[in-house]
Amino acid sequence: VLIRFGAIGAAMLLAAVAFAYVGGWLSPQRLTQDRMATALQDANGIHPGFRLNHAKGLCATGWFDSNGQASALSKAAVFALGRVPLIARFSLAGGMPFQADRPGTVRGLALRLIPAGAEEWRTGTLNIPVFVVNSAQGFYDQTLASTPDPATGKPDPAKMNAFLAAHPEAVKALAIVKDRPVSTGFANSTFNALNAFRFVSAAGASVPVRWSFVPTQGFVAENPAEPASHDKNYLFDDLVAQVAEHPLQWRLIITIGRPGDPTNDATLPWPSDREQVDAGTVTIDNVTSEVTGQCAEVNYDPLVLPSGIESSDDPILSARSAVYARSFTLRAGQQREKLPSAIAEKDIHAGGGR
Amino acid sequence: MSAPLARFSVPSRFIHWLMAVMILAMLCIGVGMAASVSERYKFLVAIHKPLGIAILVLVVIRFVNRRINPPPPLPDSLPDLQRIAAKASHILLYLLMLIMPLVGWGMLSAASYPIVVYGPLHLPPILPHNLALYALLRQLHTCLAYALFALIVVHFGAALFHGLIRRDGVLQSMASWRRAQLPGVTPR
Repeated sequence: VLIRFGAIGAAMLLAAVAFAYVGGWLSPQRLTQDRMATALQDANGIHPGFRLNHAKGLCATGWFDSNGQASALSKAAVFALGRVPLIARFSLAGGMPFQADRPGTVRGLALRLIPAGAEEWRTGTLNIPVFVVNSAQGFYDQTLASTPDPATGKPDPAKMNAFLAAHPEAVKALAIVKDRPVSTGFANSTFNALNAFRFVSAAGASVPVRWSFVPTQGFVAENPAEPASHDKNYLFDDLVAQVAEHPLQWRLIITIGRPGDPTNDATLPWPSDREQVDAGTVTIDNVTSEVTGQCAEVNYDPLVLPSGIESSDDPILSARSAVYARSFTLRAGQQREKLPSAIAEKDIHAGGGR
Repeated sequence: MSAPLARFSVPSRFIHWLMAVMILAMLCIGVGMAASVSERYKFLVAIHKPLGIAILVLVVIRFVNRRINPPPPLPDSLPDLQRIAAKASHILLYLLMLIMPLVGWGMLSAASYPIVVYGPLHLPPILPHNLALYALLRQLHTCLAYALFALIVVHFGAALFHGLIRRDGVLQSMASWRRAQLPGVTPR
């Protein structure tokens, strides 16, 4: 009887151990959502209620006028000829919600397009031509390497060098990022979806794509030596002032990859001669602070895609989706502790202080 | 040993084992995806949502089936305490099977995520877009998942206790694959 009791206990224990293994509790070296979230918090500090990355931001609304030209490539309802309302968020990379705006800081534009009665599309884009890493582990290693040393308050150069030595793809990508022309503001920035996706047509044909939002506002180069006159919110204040004057527009340009173009590595640019399709125009006619804006409650998960747009084999997409979900869950539970966002409603009413 | 017990009806056994596999898969996918940042994540999420809806549909069918095909009685020899434990644990199992998918559906609604069944087939939200509500339901989803898993392990242990220690036919009433050896069951 004792042996049989033992067998029962062993069987129950085995089930529990299997469950714990799947949940990652038995493999502390596995890169999990928890470890990624902790690394981001270590690097940026803990800011309850804010996103773990791209914490500083501003909500906006507008619409997308589809010209129908992408509808041959993708059966998604957003590409049918017509107008789709959208909820946008402009942001700066980094988990510090009150960081000062700097010209070189990576700028983000996230969109949630909601066609009436059809599937929505969420996309996050950045004003850099390629992503700096090509794997979740790479992003984690980079985050650790850029975490300030408690002793000096600055990242340890030795750690950054070790990261670069271990990630040659990041060295190449950083060079491309560093060479990019930086514009004076959000309005004249080109925003790129760095990860590849796939467009699927009504006939079932699938092509690899990357997309960009290219401003109709003319490019003006930022002075590389940052002007001292820049206020700590100058990028957002300018955006508020510009939208108050007239709506801002970006063209949605779809770049179609050819067989052999890398879809699983966001650090690699595609050749510049690839066919491009102008799918329509995004118009932003209203900005609001995160306090009243609808964007604050949105997780701009890159895998919220309508039929007709599919994920590619880029591992960063799955990693982003997973970590965004964790960040969203964390901040959703901290809304009461959240401080007002850097760009407040009064700044918007003041027209960006201009 | 007491007289052999009647077995569960064929539909009851079928739905029990089908849901056993589905729920165990669901729990493992759930804890797995909540920890993952790998490429597995997107595939696990894509399975988790429709599988949860399938479980919700099956649990409703199961309630109906239970009315049509009531379970065989527990053996008379079973002590009262074990009888109560058996009843209570089954009520809890049924409750969790029903509530888990509803909490999942509700939390996706509160987060304003699309509730994708397959491709363009979506379910409507059942709750308003509200972050605090999402946070609460998301936490509840995890806690109830652990509770359900623990309960399943206990259920499994109890079944083995019936089969290996008491040998009272309770395990066989659900787990036996033999067809015609028990009274009351006609071969097909």
